[in-house]
Amino acid sequence: MCLFRDMMSYFPEEVLEHVFDFLTSHRDRNAVSLVCKSWYSLERFSREKVFIGNCYAVNPERLIARFPRVRSLTLKGKPHFADFNLVPHDWGGDVYPWIEAMTKNGINLEELRLKRMLVSDESLELLAKSFPNFKSLVLVSCEGFTTDGLAAIASNCRFLRELDLQENEVDDRKGHWLSCFPDSCTSLVSLNFACLKGEVNVAALERLVARCHNLRSLRVNHAVPLEALQKILVKAPQINDLGTGSFVHDPDSETSKKMKNTLENCKSVRSLSGFLDVNPHCLPAVYPICTDLTSLNLSYAPGIYSNELIKLICHCKKLERLWILDTIGDKGLGAVASTCKELQELRVFPSDLYGADNAAAVTEEGLVSISAGCPKLNSLLYFCQQMTNAALITVAKNCPNFIRFRLCTLNPVIPDAVTNLPLDEGFGAIVQSCKGLKRLSVSGRLTDQVFLYIGMYAEQLEMLSIAFAGDSDKGMLYVLNGCKKLKKLEIRDSPFGNAALLSDMGKYETMRSLWMSSCEVTYGACKTLAEKMPTLNVEIINEGEDQVEASSSPDARHRVEKMYLYRTLVGPRRDAPDFVWTL
Amino acid sequence: MSALSREENAATAAISSSEDSSSYPDDDSELELGLGLSLGRGGGKPPPPPAAAGGGVGSWDQYARILTAKAPSSSSSSSSSPPAHSAVSSQVRGWPPIATHRINSLVNHTKSPITEESASNVDNKRKNMTVAMDKINYRSSYTIKNVSSERGTTLKKSLFVKVNMDGVSIGRKINLHAHNCYETLGQTLDHMFTLDASACATRRSNVEEQVVIGGRGRHMRLLDGSSDFVLTYEDKDGDWMLVGDVPWEMFLSSVRRLRIRRTADANGLAPRSRGMNREC
Repeated sequence: MCLFRDMMSYFPEEVLEHVFDFLTSHRDRNAVSLVCKSWYSLERFSREKVFIGNCYAVNPERLIARFPRVRSLTLKGKPHFADFNLVPHDWGGDVYPWIEAMTKNGINLEELRLKRMLVSDESLELLAKSFPNFKSLVLVSCEGFTTDGLAAIASNCRFLRELDLQENEVDDRKGHWLSCFPDSCTSLVSLNFACLKGEVNVAALERLVARCHNLRSLRVNHAVPLEALQKILVKAPQINDLGTGSFVHDPDSETSKKMKNTLENCKSVRSLSGFLDVNPHCLPAVYPICTDLTSLNLSYAPGIYSNELIKLICHCKKLERLWILDTIGDKGLGAVASTCKELQELRVFPSDLYGADNAAAVTEEGLVSISAGCPKLNSLLYFCQQMTNAALITVAKNCPNFIRFRLCTLNPVIPDAVTNLPLDEGFGAIVQSCKGLKRLSVSGRLTDQVFLYIGMYAEQLEMLSIAFAGDSDKGMLYVLNGCKKLKKLEIRDSPFGNAALLSDMGKYETMRSLWMSSCEVTYGACKTLAEKMPTLNVEIINEGEDQVEASSSPDARHRVEKMYLYRTLVGPRRDAPDFVWTL
Repeated sequence: MSALSREENAATAAISSSEDSSSYPDDDSELELGLGLSLGRGGGKPPPPPAAAGGGVGSWDQYARILTAKAPSSSSSSSSSPPAHSAVSSQVRGWPPIATHRINSLVNHTKSPITEESASNVDNKRKNMTVAMDKINYRSSYTIKNVSSERGTTLKKSLFVKVNMDGVSIGRKINLHAHNCYETLGQTLDHMFTLDASACATRRSNVEEQVVIGGRGRHMRLLDGSSDFVLTYEDKDGDWMLVGDVPWEMFLSSVRRLRIRRTADANGLAPRSRGMNREC
């Protein structure tokens, strides 16, 4: 409307820019940039943080062309199922081209966050040497680098604030990367190397912690013993987030007593993790910090039995986030439910993959107790031995606020433990009750019916994971037709085929990606999809027993073992290895 | 596809694994217990033999019925015990969906006894423990083998690789760590595939076949170039190589899977003209 347009043109650019500064969410910024050309232009020059959910959807050149002032980049590489060994290691997602392009174009990079990317030592060295203001490196589930790369970062990044390594596969070169932090480095705020497997120079660590007065988060690896950690903590009483290494000692020793005293002095600790090796009798040393704890992660500590866990958790009345192993048992979950009234996120991981100790697993009972005792629960990851529809219906009623609901039965096709029926009704209740649900993983015996419910009710759903479920194409069609906000769909071992894949090809342009493995889609259908939709990359991963000879072109009726498709602005990727075919 | 056929697939994977177990020498407890289905034998922890084998079985009858499509059996014969619920899951690649670093942390962890009484012994035990695995619980899954051997952790108790043969539609699996030289590997593969080979091989005189088979004592039929078949393997780089050229340990570190090919079809791979004298 004329009036609106006139009013908007009276806003000087500086004012608009200032307003945009308050927009931190990349979705808001994306929306703003679509309003008009001048807003697009203004926004792109002022955007400092860029999030790219699929590194192959764009390329470095386009990033730099559009956002020349980018300072913080987040990139994600491999599809999610790569975590479970369904994607070959050299599939792709190499960060080097991105770093190289930013170096060449004078980008003032300060922060790099990578997930499931391939990160070589060369990349880390180039990164460390090219960006003088580099402050923050966060690597999650990445691989391809060694401690030599870390040494380069430590040596060269003079203003490094954050080095956060989560769940990466790092080759240990037995170097002393920690000693590479120069004496002049005092800027560290966060240091997390819990995933490293090798020895570290404990004395160097102690000196580093002592001179970094702003250190708030420290997570060490298993090679840092309890006595060393105690000495370190004496130098860092201001710490907020602590990840212990090995927590093993004679509980009656002087060292253990000293540890307890030291921890009593760490009055700011709100998050606790680690215990990569633990003597449960040493746990009482941490009771003093439990009172104010909001986050507790014991999921890497397999040696603690239910009673010890319960004793510990009873001290944690303010807990908001709990990651634990199923050794806690249903009884332990009952204790959590009575104690942790502020609980928002719960993750229960399996401790024993082989069924040897049935007593260790949790069942639907534990989940029901939690739902009854913790009304604020909004995020769940639950590996359980069995489940029932009745329990899920109760949980849905008790906790309508779920944003993430991921249930995983250890037997992927197990039906309702009481009625032997599929778990359709239970998950149906969840999607119907939890109107804000954004992420869902289903498991157990499931028919097409559950997908009908999901399509009907899960209006906010963005990510759905399906395994060993459904009866026919209808299941997948319900989801594709119903879930308007769907961004990521990953399916394995389910009977969905060509009719479902091809029914609404335009849908995939509204999504980030689709993964289908061990389903019923054929080579011919994938090829058709690729031909009709040039804005999608349709990739077939051709390896293993299903390998087709490169020379022969596969029969159109040949079933495709692994397909990954995603929308992209830049066409087929040029770094695909031999076994990845972009159709 | 009906749900039952999916379950049958999972069951088939479980069943084929148990067939493999019977072809291996019984002298190494690690071998038996490395297979998912052999949980039916133990169903629990290393010695003393757990009582759970009997008791546990009954409670999983229902799952056994669904998954193996067999009548549930709480028979005393350990090899026919229905698998524990997650023995099935351990046969399914990538299930349960736990990230590999988590799996490694579970497997590498020195298993502490779950009872309260033994808690006080933990301190002493820890001083003497090396990074060991709970041998019963180490699973035969292809996934763990791939991940851990590629990533250089210390999991070396079983190394199961697939073995396919030209003309045979169903493959087998073999534990390479059960062998320490090419000779025994060749013998085992001979044994596994003999019937199949004779069906596919050119007709020879009985005497010749006897000699060839009997000659296993010194030379491997598959590895000495005298048969219609050669043994090849796919290495880490995806290339197909003749088995036997590199030292055994080097072979172990790069082998991904094996294939017995017809000599005529093994183009580019020169058949070996002499037998090998490998140290075992």
